[in-house]
Amino acid sequence: MTFYDEIKNLNWEETKNKIYSKTVEDVLNAINKSGNRTLEDFCALISPAALPYLENMAQLSQSITQKRFGKTIQLYIPLYLSNECTNGCTYCGFNHSNKIKRKTLNEQEIIEEINIIKKLGFEHILLVTGEHQKKTDFEYIKNAVKLASNYFSLVSLEIQPLDTSEYLELTKCGLNTVYVYQETYNEKKYPVYHPTGKKSNFQYRLETPDRLGKSGVHKIGLGTLIGLEDWRTEAFVMARHLQYLEKKYWQTKFSISFPRLRPHQGNFTPNYPINEAELVQLITAYRLFNENVELSLSTRESAIFRNHTMKLGITTMSAGSKTEPGGYANSTKELEQFNVNDDRSPLEVCQLIQQNGYEAVWKDWSNYFQK
Amino acid sequence: MQPLKIADKIFHSRLFTGTGKFSSNEIMRESIEVSGSELVTVALKRVDFTNKTDDIINYLNICGVSLLPNTSGVRNAKEAIFAANLAREALGTNWLKLEIHPDPRYLLPDGEETLKAAKELVKDGFIVLPYVQADPVLCKKLEDVGTATVMPLGSPIGSNQGLQTKRLLDIIIEQSNIPVVIDAGIGAPSHAAEALEMGADAVLVNTAIAIAGNPVEMARAFKLGVEAGRIAYESKLAKIYSNANASSPLTAFLSDL
Repeated sequence: MTFYDEIKNLNWEETKNKIYSKTVEDVLNAINKSGNRTLEDFCALISPAALPYLENMAQLSQSITQKRFGKTIQLYIPLYLSNECTNGCTYCGFNHSNKIKRKTLNEQEIIEEINIIKKLGFEHILLVTGEHQKKTDFEYIKNAVKLASNYFSLVSLEIQPLDTSEYLELTKCGLNTVYVYQETYNEKKYPVYHPTGKKSNFQYRLETPDRLGKSGVHKIGLGTLIGLEDWRTEAFVMARHLQYLEKKYWQTKFSISFPRLRPHQGNFTPNYPINEAELVQLITAYRLFNENVELSLSTRESAIFRNHTMKLGITTMSAGSKTEPGGYANSTKELEQFNVNDDRSPLEVCQLIQQNGYEAVWKDWSNYFQK
Repeated sequence: MQPLKIADKIFHSRLFTGTGKFSSNEIMRESIEVSGSELVTVALKRVDFTNKTDDIINYLNICGVSLLPNTSGVRNAKEAIFAANLAREALGTNWLKLEIHPDPRYLLPDGEETLKAAKELVKDGFIVLPYVQADPVLCKKLEDVGTATVMPLGSPIGSNQGLQTKRLLDIIIEQSNIPVVIDAGIGAPSHAAEALEMGADAVLVNTAIAIAGNPVEMARAFKLGVEAGRIAYESKLAKIYSNANASSPLTAFLSDL
């Protein structure tokens, strides 16, 4: 029994219609509720009917977030190890048919990147690759995790999905968190965006958080690629996923990210774009639905949007990110996955966090806890 | 107000504080100073042992304030013992707030693992202050293995719900031969006062101070609440009666006959 069994008979259009038919009354009931909000409440909060109540949602979201996380924002930075990929995802800059320079960092190059990142003050690192069975196979990933855990307090991965036993092995090497975005929960449309490569297997990807839960990885990051399909329907299915996972893997922490499609090499345009107000609606709706989940916002978003959303529900942010392998030592735009939208330095982001009356937290884990 | 003795240390303040969730280290430090607290807990996972000038530890270098490292983040006894040893070596203290909560949502403590770790750590020379459910039997077992206090929760940590476990706390306080520190859920100075009035030896407060509109003033309010509660307890609170109890009894004349 996995989450696939839970949603394999889900009717996308019916689900969508249910969300879009929510009324102002449903929204007010959800907002004014005391105690935990249900999935039905969440439907109302992400529905178009809730848009006039964004300020109420933001106020509530801020106070719930402060109660649980305090006035703090955690910082992390991605380290792109490779942009080589055998997948053909239509929206991604690393798509194997895109004519870009390919690069996989060797150990020496990884250490060069690490040394620069350490000087910026980071203790939480996110290792990122494309999916390439030879260039970035399990052994390569394992070595990178081992290497990173010698330098950083918290090591995360955003790579191809692995098997339970592999995750278990990586945990012993210092892995704490795995981000694995479903991209879309719409099974019928999934193959349109993922026509070739290992990633074209919807079920295997969907069941990754189940495998992670079984392996004892400390934190699992969920997300959909916002813009592929109707974001409200995606959000609802992901909220179900989160609820399912929390009940089943009760020792695991969860995080939600909000990757919005960004300009990149290739010519994909989002079918279902989301505007800033709707993105705020989405962020605050998740917070009202779940008080404990981490909400993460990357440098895909603009400086001004991040300055404001850090006060209304976001708990975790990246800063100073480069999205190409080797980008910290030698920045060249030609290798990157997407254009960064907030190019401020970590120090500048940190100062802004302080100006907002929050503390920037660089370290909130010690990997010796899990060794 | 009587001082409180835990292991070999004497405390004049019965308010212990935490260090998480503050908007800056400066405000944290000022709040702690104003609170009068002499014991401050800090999460080991926040401390950078490789960095001798770790920010948070620097800010906690306050005269008269002892550090109480805590094991927040560990999920079982083995991890807790490992973290404890590291803390002792790096921070030079054998005091430890033992907290093991495998459930990251409500952060509820795991009694079974806590007891197991406490046994080992006491044998190993640690002064153990364990965070536990308001479970009177578990508290007696921890006392038996030699912990310095018990720290039962008032309500889930960070919830600010006050003493939801009051009936059980009453039993724990009545039965305990070691100090009882009410640890979690205290959301207002009135909750803290209530805990001390009941006979709790101290309270530990973090969230309610850290995320208050004005944390420094809230720290002062908690200081006063704790003092009021303790003085009331020492002064022997008037009993509560379910019926009216006339201050000028109608039958007093009988003794004059």
